[in-house]
Amino acid sequence: MEILNDIRSLATVDNDIKVWFKAARASDFPENGGACVKYKDQQIAVFNFARRSEWYACQNLCPHKMQMVLSRGIIGSVSEEPKVACPFHKKTFSLRNGECLNATEEKLAVFPVKIEDGFVYIGFAR
Amino acid sequence: MKRIIVVGNGMVGYKFCEKLRKQSVAAEVIVYGEEPRPAYDRVHLSSYFSGKTAEDLLMAPASWYAEHNIVLHLGELVTEINRDAKTIRTHTGKTDHYDYLVLATGSSPFVPAIEGVERDGVFVYRTIEDLNQIIDYGKKIKCAAVMGGGLLGLEAGKALIDLGLQTHVVEFASRLMPRQLDEAGSNILLHKLSQLGITVHLNKSTKRIAGNGKLEGLEFADASFLPVEMLVISAGIRPRDEVAKASGLEVHARGGVLVNDFLQTSDENIFAIGEVAVHSNMVYGLVAPGYEMADIVVRQIAGDFSKLFQGFDMSTKLKLMGVDVGSFGDALGETPGSIPIAFQDKHNGVYKRINISADGKLLLGGILVGDASQYNLFHQMVMNRMALPAQPESLIIGAPGKGEEGAGVKSLPDSAQICACENITKGDLVLQITEKGVKTLDDLKKSTKACTGCGGCTPMVNDILKLTLESMGVTVKKSLCEHFDFTRQELYDIIKVKGLKSYEDVLEQHGKGHGCEVCQPAVASLLASIWNEPILNQSTIQDTNDRFLANIQRGGTYSVVPRIAGGEITPEKLIAIGRIAKAYGLYTKITGGQRIDMFGARVEQLPEIWEELIAEGFESGHAYGKALRTIKSCVGSTWCRFGVQDSVAFAIFIEDRYKGLRAPHKLKGAVSGCIRECAEAQSKDFGIIATEKGWNLYVCGNGGSRPQHAKLLVTDVDTDTCVKLIDRFLMFYIKTADPLTRTATWLNKMEGGLEYLYDVVVNDSLGIGEELEKDMQALIANYHCEWKKVVEDPAQRAQFKHFINDDSSDSTLSFVEMRGQKFPEDWNKK
Repeated sequence: MEILNDIRSLATVDNDIKVWFKAARASDFPENGGACVKYKDQQIAVFNFARRSEWYACQNLCPHKMQMVLSRGIIGSVSEEPKVACPFHKKTFSLRNGECLNATEEKLAVFPVKIEDGFVYIGFAR
Repeated sequence: MKRIIVVGNGMVGYKFCEKLRKQSVAAEVIVYGEEPRPAYDRVHLSSYFSGKTAEDLLMAPASWYAEHNIVLHLGELVTEINRDAKTIRTHTGKTDHYDYLVLATGSSPFVPAIEGVERDGVFVYRTIEDLNQIIDYGKKIKCAAVMGGGLLGLEAGKALIDLGLQTHVVEFASRLMPRQLDEAGSNILLHKLSQLGITVHLNKSTKRIAGNGKLEGLEFADASFLPVEMLVISAGIRPRDEVAKASGLEVHARGGVLVNDFLQTSDENIFAIGEVAVHSNMVYGLVAPGYEMADIVVRQIAGDFSKLFQGFDMSTKLKLMGVDVGSFGDALGETPGSIPIAFQDKHNGVYKRINISADGKLLLGGILVGDASQYNLFHQMVMNRMALPAQPESLIIGAPGKGEEGAGVKSLPDSAQICACENITKGDLVLQITEKGVKTLDDLKKSTKACTGCGGCTPMVNDILKLTLESMGVTVKKSLCEHFDFTRQELYDIIKVKGLKSYEDVLEQHGKGHGCEVCQPAVASLLASIWNEPILNQSTIQDTNDRFLANIQRGGTYSVVPRIAGGEITPEKLIAIGRIAKAYGLYTKITGGQRIDMFGARVEQLPEIWEELIAEGFESGHAYGKALRTIKSCVGSTWCRFGVQDSVAFAIFIEDRYKGLRAPHKLKGAVSGCIRECAEAQSKDFGIIATEKGWNLYVCGNGGSRPQHAKLLVTDVDTDTCVKLIDRFLMFYIKTADPLTRTATWLNKMEGGLEYLYDVVVNDSLGIGEELEKDMQALIANYHCEWKKVVEDPAQRAQFKHFINDDSSDSTLSFVEMRGQKFPEDWNKK
């Protein structure tokens, strides 16, 4: 629980971004998949959705069994909604707003991503 | 804001808090618990003796209460309620004010007034403190007894066995579990208990607990004497109604606080739930009705008065020391005119009894011991007053499990409860499908919450979905998912004919949308089954385990399984595995497939571990893939005095031939060197048993949750023929099976069944035999060790990191030690 609150406090409200964190080179991320970024003592899953030319970021922690694994999940879409499936039990979450799509797990914290000069930046509230 | 005080922090008191916060009821919640620790799982108390810690048993850690804004006072006994002032007082003198008071004080063990109960060595079985005392005392003695052969008494008996004590169970009645079982059911259980080393004494009324200061034995009314050094009393429960009584609330003559259908006591602001409550003269000593009561009170506080407590079905199914015991409805046939029908198989330790109504139309209840697989069906029949078949005896005498489930679902009435965790009926599910347009299991789970608790109802829910859709005339096309309008078999042909090599090409040319967790691994498997190119060239379409060529385990670490073909390994290689496991601090275990699994490797350690394993001559075991796993073997004719063929050599040959072969699901094989079948080949996807003249080949067997014996395909064939037929069989399976379908299910669904399969594989009725062999040859020729490729490729090695921007490890991984090895921390405690 505590761990969930910590990560939520990093998420921005109304695009009030205080920090643009320079994470890694865009080319380091696998296409159509994810990797985990360390920010302070937090873990952020970042996805390079090349098929849609989009980038997404969310907490790496799956709220179902509290496992740090979402960056290793398969991404895809349901209708037009981009999603990630947890590798453990295939709970799926929207990459746009973090909502659980096939169960009633808690919402994920999601973060804005931008690419500048070939680098991936993630926006945080602090 | 209303202020709610909960008196008692047991399982039901905790559940009340949990449900209240889940409903987001705005209320101050203050809990007073008498015990020194937060609520724990009393149902599984005996697991404390077999290794679980007090921490493991907690319903939720103390921090949970704080996080949910609940004030928890432990070690504080509420001794007074002032109903006029709406205040309580505790034994330390603390006072507190409430708007609603919830009594969840539970019960205490009933201790009969027998001479000598005060002696040292006499215990009850209720709290962790009791258990600690039993454990401490148990260290000094050899022989103990439990008084009471009911459910809890037998649990206590199991605990004493776990302590290594010579164990006796003493029961006043003429049978065990007298409330659930009859004489014959008790006898079957009795026999099982004696095998476990428990001596049961029935018809024994204890007159005196003998001893001089400490306990020395039990004196019975029939003048017999049982020398024991410790006694655990489990003779029933008494509701903890002291504080209610003292405050003038109405209580039952035999104890317990009287409640109405709203669970209100005689004071409308005070509720009682769980074992302390008496509803219509009944105390409910099980946890499920207690939870139901908690739910009803929470609803009322939230303003929903629609649900009443109307009694609770006391049917139970449990595993008692490894024996299935089920007791449902009118188990003992106490309804006037009821007729019992019983079936008994002493050899296998199975007893089944059903009680039918005098007119033979209804099932009233019954008992199942040794095999309780029909419990759910029977229980539903009773609850829903379903009509009995013309020969009711066929229910318990016919072959068990045969085709019952599908038909069972169809005949269930709409009121039948399917998902017990979320209380969802068949009617609720059907309504979603017929009225709300739900077409998939996922959507059904989402709209009803069915299957989201224990998941045990998933097969039934799936059957109802299929049957309902079919009855609506919807053809259920087995297209892969929303991104592909093709079946797996159609896609196999498309990919092969068009020569497609990547998921992106397949999606672009034959699919739509952006893929998902179903079609990406399915296409990845097809590409591997057709071209057998290194799977990590397209790492992000691979399923969980394939993505990192290892099996993800609790906590997010991985396990590593090198191939040990046929289960044969040199001492040098054994030492190498031991050395490497030790160096990386890995937990080791022998697998069911005769190899060694090493657990607890962090993702960044995998390439280093494999580099060392490969240097020692190992290669990938493909334990992570829907691929050929192992070929198990017995010792065979080289050593065994019974063996007629060299099963080990043949198993190694077969495993080497098919290693790395990817299929719709995992594949397992075995070779036995003689008819004794020590390799259990008939439980494998393909199994070979040696005969004097050659080999018998069996196909489509399966262990797992629904075991199925393999079917005999051919007898006495020579080695070359045997291999040729396996080539054809496997390739035909790979081409035609649905995703994630084992060979057994594939055959079960095949039109024409075994006969058709025999025609295709042996008679080559489709004229594709040669093509199948050629396809297999191409896959074999393209074999590579997937790990060798990774170890040698710096770019691929670089993918095995936890963080992309930091070389550190995941700091959230935590381990505990047990039996001299490490284990991940239990994820339910996170």
